[in-house]
Amino acid sequence: MLNIWIVARRELSAYFTSPLAYVFIVIFLALAGGLTFFFGQWLERGQADLQVFFIYHPYLYLFLIPAVGMRLWAEERKSGTIEFLLTLPVTTGQIVVGKFLAAWVFAGIALALTFPMWITVNMLGQPDNGVILAAYIGSWLMAGGFLALSACVSAMTKNQVIAFVLASALCFVFMMSGVEIIQSFFRAWTPQTFVESVSELSFLTNFNEVSQGVIDVRDLVFFFSVIGIALFVNTAIVEAKKGV
Amino acid sequence: MTTLLDIRGLTKKYGPITAVDDVSFSVDQGEVLGFIGPNGSGKSTTMKIVTGFLTPTSGTVEVGGLDVTRHPLEIKRRIGYLPEGAPLYGDMTPISLLNFVCKVRRLSKEETKRGIEYAVEKLHIANVLYQPIETLSKGYKRRVGLAQAIVHEPELLILDEPTDGLDPNQKHEVRELLKEMSGKKAVIISTHILEEVEAVCSRAIVIAKGKMVADADPLSLQSRSRLHNAVGIRLPAAQAQACIEMLNGLGGVHQVRTTVETASMVELMALSTDNSEILASVHTAIDEKGIQVNEIYVERGRLEDVFRDLTYAVEGLQQDPDANPEASNA
Repeated sequence: MLNIWIVARRELSAYFTSPLAYVFIVIFLALAGGLTFFFGQWLERGQADLQVFFIYHPYLYLFLIPAVGMRLWAEERKSGTIEFLLTLPVTTGQIVVGKFLAAWVFAGIALALTFPMWITVNMLGQPDNGVILAAYIGSWLMAGGFLALSACVSAMTKNQVIAFVLASALCFVFMMSGVEIIQSFFRAWTPQTFVESVSELSFLTNFNEVSQGVIDVRDLVFFFSVIGIALFVNTAIVEAKKGV
Repeated sequence: MTTLLDIRGLTKKYGPITAVDDVSFSVDQGEVLGFIGPNGSGKSTTMKIVTGFLTPTSGTVEVGGLDVTRHPLEIKRRIGYLPEGAPLYGDMTPISLLNFVCKVRRLSKEETKRGIEYAVEKLHIANVLYQPIETLSKGYKRRVGLAQAIVHEPELLILDEPTDGLDPNQKHEVRELLKEMSGKKAVIISTHILEEVEAVCSRAIVIAKGKMVADADPLSLQSRSRLHNAVGIRLPAAQAQACIEMLNGLGGVHQVRTTVETASMVELMALSTDNSEILASVHTAIDEKGIQVNEIYVERGRLEDVFRDLTYAVEGLQQDPDANPEASNA
């Protein structure tokens, strides 16, 4: 555990010593706010809730989270620091988890910095703060899922751009698997149970449930399983690609 | 002497390519082992296996009696490693990097303080401790890389081309450091700089195409050179012809080469038959003939020569029988 924490701390501080953290946070806040006000017409709706704020998160994450995740392993492999890191007395699994946690905490910091939205909505009316808290948790879990997928893809390549594009595509598939287009694609040639299980894998479906304020155990299990499986695969890829 | 590293039948294959082919050797405490070989000969791969970065296809590696594949963490704790090119996190400062390494290696506060002070002093990096590593010169980066490898006082120090890219003064300092550190530890360095092997190594292993082709101390390696025990003579140009004739007539002299020729001065090299000692007879003959010479010396042999002899055959390269630095100068 201590090793994971040491690795995560180094990673997290690396975010803030480079411009990456600040660029990411500023863009994330600007987009999250802009979408809510202009597209979601938050003020015009006259409702004291943050539904239109959270509704755009999956789409924001679709390209912002791969931008955070793309460097996790591709950069290490490109610069050769992976050899330095993996010859320290730490297991590959600990590094995988440590790196992921650092990126996840970083995404959490960006998300937490949207707190003025929450203050505003409380000044304007009496929102259900329980629902808002649940939606924040759901949003952060979804970010975690996207991040774990991105980290996994990042371990496959030395090229950060390839990692970004592939991770975005993979996240898109996971996000949209509940949507009709993807569903009909599978329906044509797979059994109904498979189509249903693909739809269950949808980030959108799972996130929408949580953002309504209902934290179902199944949604938690879903996001944590995605993270767990992706990190497991991530570890295997790092191990397999070390010498290449 | 305790054996710190024991390698038996080590083989590493990448698909059809055999990078390391049945390599076996052991390293004792106090030894400085020079690992030499052409690029792509398997030096780095061997080092990567010993440090636990790569897993061997077959064979065993034991560090301090522990198997590297079964106790990777314990072994990584005992090893200090500088990977080739000294890759480091550019956005970190040397001090934060060293602190990170000490934390990962679970050094106590006391050990961390002592270790960092020691490494910083030995490698003269005190003045760059708070600058991002990416802004440092190549020499400083290399030294920071060395600092992180010695900060925990490892039993086994493995350095992949430690002096590559350093200026002559820095090279000298690193070599002094290696000599100083070798007492309680075992050190393995890989290098293509053969003078480095002569300067710091107590033993040299030559590897070519993944195979070990020699394992000896630098002096006995040198003695395998065709120039071993050859006698070099520097004399005025006017005397040269007489001297060459004399040497050609002398028993035990196999060949005479003119290595340097200027208007006033000539340098000759008399190669002996079977590398036997001929200095005494050459000296006597010179006196008898009354040839005036400025300098006479015995060639110990050139590692470069031996290196080429040993590795060309394995690499399947054509070799000019006269290829050596002397002939090309003549």
